[in-house]
Amino acid sequence: MSPLFLNALEVIVNGLMAGIMYSLVALGFVLIFKASGIFNYAQGVTALFAALTLVGFQTGQVPFAHLINTIFGTKIHHWGDGFNTILAIILTMLVMILFAWLLEKIVLKHMVNQAPIILFMTTIGLAYFMEGFGDLMWGADIKTMDVGLPSGGSLWLEDFTKGWAASGTEYYGMYIDVLDVWAAGIAILLVVALTLFSQYTKTGRALRAVADDHQAALTVGISLRTIWIIVWSLSGFVALVAGIMWGSKSGVQFSLSLIALKALPVLILGGFTSIPGAIIGGLIIGVGEKLFEYSVGGLLGGATENWFAYVLALAFLMFRPQGLFGEKIIERV
Amino acid sequence: MSGENRIGDTILEVKNISLSFGGVKALTDISFDIKEGEVRAIIGPNGAGKSSMLNVINGFYHPQQGEVWFRGKKRVAMKPYQVARQGVARTFQNIALFKGMSTLDNLMTGRITHMKTNLFWQSIWAGPAAKEELEHRERVEHIIDFLGIQAIRKTPVGRLPYGMQKRVELGRALAAEPKLLLLDEPMAGMNQEEKEDMSRFILDVNDEFGTTITLIEHDIGVVMDLSDRIVVLDYGCKLADGTPDVVRNDQDVINAYLGVSHD
Amino acid sequence: MFYRESGDFKTSYAEDQQSFPIKFDRYAIWILLGFAFFVVPFFINDYWEKSVLVPFLVWSMAALGLNILTGYCGQVSLGTGGFMAVGAYSCYKLMIAFPGMNIFIVVIIAGLITALVGIAFGLPSLRIKGFYLAVATLASQFFLIWMFNKIPWFYNYSASGMITAPERTMFGIAISGPSAPSWATYLFCLTLVTIFAFIARNLTRGRIGRAWKAIHDMDIAAEIIGIPPLQAKLSAFAISSFYIGMAGAMLFGVYLGSAEPGEAFGINVSFLVLFMVIVGGLGSILGSFLGAAFLILIPVLMKNIMVGGFGWPADLAAHLELVFIGGLIMFFLVVEPHGLAQLWRITKEKLRLWPFPH
Repeated sequence: MSPLFLNALEVIVNGLMAGIMYSLVALGFVLIFKASGIFNYAQGVTALFAALTLVGFQTGQVPFAHLINTIFGTKIHHWGDGFNTILAIILTMLVMILFAWLLEKIVLKHMVNQAPIILFMTTIGLAYFMEGFGDLMWGADIKTMDVGLPSGGSLWLEDFTKGWAASGTEYYGMYIDVLDVWAAGIAILLVVALTLFSQYTKTGRALRAVADDHQAALTVGISLRTIWIIVWSLSGFVALVAGIMWGSKSGVQFSLSLIALKALPVLILGGFTSIPGAIIGGLIIGVGEKLFEYSVGGLLGGATENWFAYVLALAFLMFRPQGLFGEKIIERV
Repeated sequence: MSGENRIGDTILEVKNISLSFGGVKALTDISFDIKEGEVRAIIGPNGAGKSSMLNVINGFYHPQQGEVWFRGKKRVAMKPYQVARQGVARTFQNIALFKGMSTLDNLMTGRITHMKTNLFWQSIWAGPAAKEELEHRERVEHIIDFLGIQAIRKTPVGRLPYGMQKRVELGRALAAEPKLLLLDEPMAGMNQEEKEDMSRFILDVNDEFGTTITLIEHDIGVVMDLSDRIVVLDYGCKLADGTPDVVRNDQDVINAYLGVSHD
Repeated sequence: MFYRESGDFKTSYAEDQQSFPIKFDRYAIWILLGFAFFVVPFFINDYWEKSVLVPFLVWSMAALGLNILTGYCGQVSLGTGGFMAVGAYSCYKLMIAFPGMNIFIVVIIAGLITALVGIAFGLPSLRIKGFYLAVATLASQFFLIWMFNKIPWFYNYSASGMITAPERTMFGIAISGPSAPSWATYLFCLTLVTIFAFIARNLTRGRIGRAWKAIHDMDIAAEIIGIPPLQAKLSAFAISSFYIGMAGAMLFGVYLGSAEPGEAFGINVSFLVLFMVIVGGLGSILGSFLGAAFLILIPVLMKNIMVGGFGWPADLAAHLELVFIGGLIMFFLVVEPHGLAQLWRITKEKLRLWPFPH
């Protein structure tokens, strides 16, 4: 095999890994959209917030230290060595649930029957709020996240693939970050768990009922508010997982919240309501943008990943406005 | 009904129309004609393909087979707005008004096919644009008087009760001064009094403006009284076609409406 | 008591069709314009120009543009930042290529160029609707910003990759560049915004505006009564982009003086303008101004209080500002989803009856 082919193969594999990460974020969108018809732009910021909170608990930061110091002239910053990873994750999850509860209590319950665009705008407001709140609580500096996942290139794979190239050519083996493999594994587990949950539990069934028709769900005695809290907590959990993965990979910083923007074209491809759609859409986008950057990106000046996903989604929409898994729309009057 | 001389030549003719969605056949080999100045009704049970037929006539659906002839010309595949410009207006089964706009604006929008000042004059609201706006306002005010909806001129139509909305929708269609007016269940969900009002309007429109009217309606009594000729559809096929008397006594129609004994 | 319409009879349709049917409103708007044109220029200083008035006018123009597209025609766009960048870079290239050209003309042409780009990116709206369209417009946002970053011709091969506005004049008075006087930049923006607000008002109440609103309310019905969707949607994209392009040109040429695409025209700009339109009121000319005023003034006010008043560090103030703005937007959408313009209308209804509410 020629090194060119092997390089392309490496790009594809890495694209798949990146795609799974996108799917992970898109999954959070799909969960909320299905249950409440809300297109939650704040999903990316939620991931950032969850990651910040986790790091904060791990390192034992005092929340709002900067604000408190400014007002009272104190100099507090840490209260100790922090919790161990498992406890920190559990605490973070509790914070996410609290957040979902407050959100339902303060905002969402007033927003029933509003136009989708108004709901969407509300979540952009929420995104601003959470970004500021997260920074206020834990500081805006870049943090490193370490939850004990292995990272770095896999030497074993490099050795294993070195021999694949035709003899006489220069090829040093395939580089794949072990962290990506872990992330992929966890993402797959998560998807399986979520699918099982929504198919085989009572709550899951109620969730699907709400997704189908709010009114009808209410009439058979499902509490819309409980379902919403559950769903927003769930998506908070998904955001936490995404935050851990992305945070371990590239540090916990503001750019983390921008993965939400990457998830949007994934949703367009896969449809807003389909979990498998989110996964396949994510993979297509991941592989597509990496391959595009690898093959023609250099000619165009690089950084084509900024827009490729959108242009791909746009081109796709022109031919199939209903997305990959949507049904053909028959318009009636 | 008034004298037969108000009815003229054929204005619209559909020939062998067949329409299907995927595998589902909505219309099968339908042919009929509509004569200038008449009130033509299309009736049939739910799902018979009546609305689909109207959608074919105004270009919203494109049948797989068959031809539509309008005013002596065979129609090539057309977009709905092109059909509207040829003089076909309609109302909808589920009211399709522009809910954010006032009654007046809805009616003014109905006149859009007659308005043509360019962007420049529009943007400074002077010269031809201002003049055009006033001319059309006057026409629209005539329709407002005709329908007796002066009091709700500036009310956003979303706030109006159902019967009023139906009336405004008729007004919007009339504002276009159509040659052929399609009414999709104009009296659905109305009480007896509202139905009488609406029937009066339909007859007046037909009488005063000489507008050709094609309507779909479930109330057989109303249909028999209003229309000159009736087409009966069932399961996408044409069952009968003729004057109310002919249709009333047609065995197929009676079977379709009352059921047949299978012994 | 003073604000009422009884006795203010209309005897012709022309009178009934005025923009401000109530006499009091008409006087108020003339007094406001008179004050803005003939009094403010004598008292304006650098701070008011740079922090309040000019940004307010520039963003009002952008909000007007987006309101035409989103509020009137119902097509949600998240590409505003990208289109403003097109306006800014067109303005820059024109300034460099034609040093003698009147800056007023430059801004108009920059708007026209943006309108063409807007039409191109508006084409998908014929097949794509709602959220899908909103996400599709992000394609234009990211693609355009990337293009201005990566193609050196746009920034004239400058080493920093930034564009800087040279001094350009109108009637011999500098409008752009570091030495432009405050009153001149203010009057320039005010004139442009006044003219185009007037035009926007006329367009939205006539045939074209009704076609847009019809498409917004129910696109299928609109097509069936004879409105070509292609023409209606693309004209909305074109005119909206024209306004947004002019806003971009003003932002870069008159206000900022220099710009870097990701910074000045990023996705946050798209959101900011959308906020203005929503907070102000969708489908309202007045709302565009109210929204712009609100979202420009609040941060200035907060910064003044926290950094100027309490002496807090700037980064802390910035975080609090985000929390506050985000919270405020949610609050607004919960309490009054139809925006400030609706609040204003309700207030006027009440004033009409005051002091006898029954």
